[in-house]
This record gives sequence, C-alpha cells and structure tokens, in this order.
Amino acid sequence: MRLRNLGMTTRYEHELRLLRSRPAQLGALALLVLYAATPMFLSDFWLSVLAYAGISAIGAIGLNLLTGYTGQVSLGHATFIGAGAYAAGYFGGDLGLPLPLWLLLAAVAGGLLGALVGPFALRLRGNYLVIITLGLVFVGEHVFSNWDGLTGGNAGRTIEAPVSLGFVDFDSLSGYTREQSWFWLIWALVAVAALLAKNIVRSRPGRAMQAVRDRDVAAEVIGVSLARYKVGAFVISSALAAVAGGLFGAYQQFVSPTDWSLFLSIQFIAIIIVGGLGTVFGAVLGALFVGSLPRLIEEYSGSIPGVSTGSGDEGFITVFALNQAIFGLLIVGFLVFEPRGLAALWLRLKAYFKGWPFSY
Amino acid sequence: MEEFFQLVFAGLALGARYALVALGFVVIYRATGVINFAQGGLVALGAYVAYQFAQEWGVPFALAVVLALAVTGLVGVLIERTMLRRMVGQPAFAVIMITIGVLFILEQAIPTVWGYGAQNLGDPWGIRTVDAGGLALAVRDLWTIGLAALALAGFFLFFRYSSLGLAMRATAFDQEAALAQGISARKIFALSWGIAGIVGALAGVTLASGAAAVDPSISFIALAAFPAMILGGMDSPPGAVIGGVIIGVTQTLTAGYQPDHAAWLGSNFHIVMPYVVMVLILLVRPYGLFGTPEVERI
Repeated sequence: MRLRNLGMTTRYEHELRLLRSRPAQLGALALLVLYAATPMFLSDFWLSVLAYAGISAIGAIGLNLLTGYTGQVSLGHATFIGAGAYAAGYFGGDLGLPLPLWLLLAAVAGGLLGALVGPFALRLRGNYLVIITLGLVFVGEHVFSNWDGLTGGNAGRTIEAPVSLGFVDFDSLSGYTREQSWFWLIWALVAVAALLAKNIVRSRPGRAMQAVRDRDVAAEVIGVSLARYKVGAFVISSALAAVAGGLFGAYQQFVSPTDWSLFLSIQFIAIIIVGGLGTVFGAVLGALFVGSLPRLIEEYSGSIPGVSTGSGDEGFITVFALNQAIFGLLIVGFLVFEPRGLAALWLRLKAYFKGWPFSY
Repeated sequence: MEEFFQLVFAGLALGARYALVALGFVVIYRATGVINFAQGGLVALGAYVAYQFAQEWGVPFALAVVLALAVTGLVGVLIERTMLRRMVGQPAFAVIMITIGVLFILEQAIPTVWGYGAQNLGDPWGIRTVDAGGLALAVRDLWTIGLAALALAGFFLFFRYSSLGLAMRATAFDQEAALAQGISARKIFALSWGIAGIVGALAGVTLASGAAAVDPSISFIALAAFPAMILGGMDSPPGAVIGGVIIGVTQTLTAGYQPDHAAWLGSNFHIVMPYVVMVLILLVRPYGLFGTPEVERI
C-alpha cells in the first residue's frame, strides 16, 4: 500500500499543499455547496446567529494567530474590535467609502493599534502581559465613551456603511432578505481570513511564531527576531479583529461603548479555547459553538426545568445567569478535559479512520 | 489644603481595600504562580455570606464576619480541590482561564441565591465620622485601614515565623526541592486558596460596609485591584499594600482634581487612572516595584 493513502507525507511539495488528500478536496467542495445552500433552508433568525458567529470567527482566527500560534495572550481584543467598528463608522458611514475600502481602512486602524501595543510583549511576558492588555480594555472603553465626535459617547452611534461590491449590494440583494445576503458576504470573508491565516502558519513566519510560543528565548537564539514576530503577530491579529469589528458594526448598524467590554475579550478567548488553540479551523468551530449555544438555550429555556424566562416567572435561575454560568463551565470543562478543544475531537476522529483498520 | 488631606485620607482607605484584594492575589501567585481572576468572586461571596449571617440569621456582626471568613476560605479550598488541582503542570494561560471560568460561575451563582438588588450589611460603623483637626474621618475607613494593617502584619508573621509559612515560601521558591523536604505541595496549594478566600472575604466586608451596600457588582473591584498587585510586584505582600495605597491615593486625587484641572481627559478618568499608572510603571520596571525578576533558562 502506498504511504500516501495512509495520509503520510512523503514529499515536501505534498507537505506544502493546502488540500492534501482526495477526501480533503471533496470536503472543501462539500463546504462550498453548504455555503451556497445554507441561506436557502434556514430561517432569518438562525442566519443572523450564523452571521454573528462568522464575524466572531474572523476575530477568533486573528486571536488564535496571536495566542494559539505565537503564545501571546491578549485580553485587549475588545478594544481592537471596537476600533474596527468605529473605523467602519467613520470611513464607511461618515465618508461613505465603498466596502473594500472601509474594510481595509478598518484593518489598518486595528493594525496600527496592534503595532502600538505589540512592543509591550517584548518587555513583558506571561501574566504581566495579560494584565497590561486587560488595562488596555479599560483605557479603550474610556476613550470610546469620551470621544464623542467619533463614537457618539455613551449614547452610541449608528453605522451606515455601504456594503455593495460593484453592482452587488449585500444590504438588499434582489429577491433575498438582508440576513441571506449578509450570510454570503460574511462567510466568504471568513474563508478569506482562514486562508490568510493558514498561509501564514504553514510557511516560514508561522514556524517562527510557533518557535516563539514554545520557548521565546530559544527561538531568539536560533535567529528568530522576537521584535518582528511578536509585534507582527499583534498587528495581524488586531487587524483581523478590527475587520470583525467593522463587520459587526455595519451588520448591527448601531454600536455603543458597552459593546467593547472585558467580557467580549473573554468571549473571544473562550472561543479559541473551546475550538482548539493553534488550529485555524478550530477558531471557526469555536465561534459556531460559542455563538449559537446562548441562542439554543434561549430558544429552549422554556423546557429546561428551574429556568425562569420572564420576570414574574417561577424558577431559581434566569436565562442570562444560566448562559453566563454555562459559559464559565465550558471554559473550565474544556481546559480540564479537552485542552485542545473541539478541533482535537475532529483530528482524533480523522486519525482513527485514516489508519483503519489499524487504528489504535 | 484641607481638601487635599481629605482626599489623601479617602485614598488611603480605598488603597487599604485594594491592598486587601491584592493580598489575595499575591498569596495564590506566590504559591502556585497563577493570577487568580476568581478573587473578585470570592470578595463578593464573602460580603454576601457575612450579610446572610448578620442580617438573615441575626448573628452578632463581629461573629458573622468571622464565620464569613471561614466559609469563604472553605470555598476557596473547594475550588482548588475540584478544579485547579487538575491543572497542575498546565501552561499558566490555561490556569488563568480556569480562574476566569470560576469567576463567571461565582458571579452568576451569587445573584441566583441572593438576588440582584443591593442589601444592607448592617455593620456597626454606619456613616459615622470622627473629627480630627478639621478632617472628617469615616469610622468605617479607619476600621478598614486598621484591618488591612492587621492582615498585613499577620501575613508577615505567618510567612516569617510559622513552619507552614516557611513551607509555603519553600514551595513557591522551588516546588521540587520542597517536595524532597517532605512538604506536601497539594496541602500548600489548598492552604493558599483558603487564605485567599479569607482575605477576600475581609475585603468584601470592608467594601460593602457603611454607606456602600452588598450588591453583585463588588466583584468588579478585583479588576481595579490588579494594578495595585502589578505595581507592587506580583509576589510581594508588602508590595501589594504599597501598590494599593499608591493606586488608591492617585485615584482619589485624580477624582478630586482632574475634572477642574485636566478636563480634556474626559469624565470619569479616575476609573482608568490606575491602569495608566500601571502601564507607566511597568514600562520602567517590568516586574513591578518589589517583584522578583524571572531568570530564564533554556
């Protein structure tokens, strides 16, 4: 039997290939079909849930590059996301620039902010970096709620950024609802972000980033420039976060400073933990899981015993409290029982069938 | 000038509260090398348990506080035993996230039991003040400063002179060497969580007494105490207290003067001031004022 059939790598060109085997190619094709068809058979409510999940996925892919691959923990991503949303509001809403341009400018704004914060990672590591980025969230919240001209202060602002690509306007695609058209737009961008991240991590910069993660001093000794890759990871990661923020703002059409609290940062960390640290598709899985779970609980809270759905309702725990508590339990549970997340479940399943029947 | 001293005193009292919260961080960091985000949850829990004893069950206030300290300490040990114990040897980031998860669970468990509304702790200090040379000093603030000083002295004596304190220092210094000397690292970890629960509850009671009330949002104070801990250095109890006082005084002074003298910084700037101070100090001294620099081996 040829080794390739067992999924073994025999040549360097093979190692570099994006879709390595026939099943992977077929899988990609199936995903493409699913992408085109999903808006046809899901309700607008679930499409909007998926749209938010897709937006989170873009940000989570970015955070995973920073945390999962480079090992730099950032609790400050809420600020980068917020900056992206306001950049979209200014360039897209106030100036009326077209979609590709305001999305790009949002990325640039986020990237610049990341370049400002990145150098901290050179001087501080581990716990100290976590707390510094935590401080960033509070400073960011303060700036957002006081820069009235741009953000509308505490009252928030509307964002009416145009979302047309040439003659295709995703806000009112003829014959389709807003949710259907946004689904196509967002998930296409998720694919672009995933491809970008995948290309980064399977080439030289990706290997350098992983070396920094595993032992930054040792990486520096073998010639990996810490300044370049730590700051670079921050820049790319915050640029992707800002793109997610811009899309969030344009989709929701209204944002206020409370949207960018520490909770958002923690949510993104939870997404990459649940999905799987250091995998690109794990970030997407995590975003889907963490994004849709609260909705599922809300939908079916009536049939869970002990949960009160209304204010006058009997029950010992509110839906909100239950959601938050489950969120906490998810983080704890995954870290304790499956530290590599949902991605590991999939990889294990794949390895099992790859070596069939010699799978042990 | 009187206003200045009044602000400084208020800052000292605030700093003492920060210091109590920060001591909880430090004790866990020293023993296990982990930043404990759940400390805020323990602070809130301590305040609510004290309320439960004092107001609902009519226990005398001092006794209620002691009981609250004991219960919260036990909860700390329980958290360590059930969740943190499994994480020994995992990367620090994973353990930090576990404590964030615990914080979420505690933050929701508390209003589920006691509700979202504010409750009166029923402390004996109330809003009384003493007059000292033209300054109005709140009795509650004096008590807070006194309790914080007492807790710090207790810490110092415990770590310096008790064999358990010595064992904790040894474990923090080198876990393997400590094990070889017959020190049980498990016991030390559990103990440090217990102590963190106790100081957390103490912080909770001082935060919720007087004109303030017990409500679920007091767990946020722990986030404001991070700069205090970082400023002093994460592994130094005196550092926590000095950091707390610096942060507290800076914050009240900012709240007092910034709206008049630097209005361009925006409203409520005093809330972010601790973080600004923290960033500036860390840029100059990456391990805080009294922290131990890490030695890197390859």
